[in-house]
Amino acid sequence: MHFGLEHYLILSAIMFCIGLYGALAKRNAVAILMCIEIMLNAVNIALVAFSRYLVPNAVLLTGQVFAIFIITVAAAEAAVGLAIIIAIYRSRQSVDVEQADSMKG
Amino acid sequence: MTVEIAFWILALVMVGAALAVVLLRDIFRAALLLVLCFFTVAGIYITLNADFLAAVQVLIYAGAIGILLIFAIMLTRNVKEGNPFNKLKIPALIVALLVLTTVIGVIVGTDWTTVTGVSQGVEVPVGSATTGPIATALFDQSKGFVLPFEIASVLLLAALIGAIVLVRDRNSRG
Repeated sequence: MHFGLEHYLILSAIMFCIGLYGALAKRNAVAILMCIEIMLNAVNIALVAFSRYLVPNAVLLTGQVFAIFIITVAAAEAAVGLAIIIAIYRSRQSVDVEQADSMKG
Repeated sequence: MTVEIAFWILALVMVGAALAVVLLRDIFRAALLLVLCFFTVAGIYITLNADFLAAVQVLIYAGAIGILLIFAIMLTRNVKEGNPFNKLKIPALIVALLVLTTVIGVIVGTDWTTVTGVSQGVEVPVGSATTGPIATALFDQSKGFVLPFEIASVLLLAALIGAIVLVRDRNSRG
């Protein structure tokens, strides 16, 4: 296969699925947040790859602008997520998501 | 050719680091390998002619978010518990592999050349610096992203205040 967009997209898909597996299968809330960061990075790789390869011999910058917005939202998400995790840790002395079930019916 | 070699090295290191983040028992080492993973993503951006994004990636992800995660781990770490899997280990693996095969099937089966020639954004030739053109792409009057940019700044402010309110110790207010 000719080196190009597909390689980056498949790398992005592999990274996304590693992150998805971790986010579904982990018990530590910080580890889940780390896996979500991996998934966001995978999406960013796909966007930047599209920005590079969509137009031949040029870089279409819209994809990179989208990636900048995703990085912004990811930073906000990490800050609020870690604040929530620390608040849960204060009240329960644990970051195990299986123990944080007080909203379960 | 150089780009191709760099891509394969970076991709192998990245996937290895990401797998280690998911599979390692020690969550502190997992966080350090996540920072390595962020650095390799910055390298991938350089191979894609995104120099500004590579710098942003190192500053925000490897720097800010990495430090934030390590702080959170040090504040909440339970050494004997480590970084275990929950009872969904096997179903989650099946779901992830299903998503992976589906997405890769779609990627390989799509003729990506058919979507060229429909762009309306800012373009720069391959190999040139992107920092200045990204400013044009963000703030251009007709095809820019000024309103999303302003909303992003409000979002960051809300996240800042929200994080402070959430972690503030309510008992020490007197």
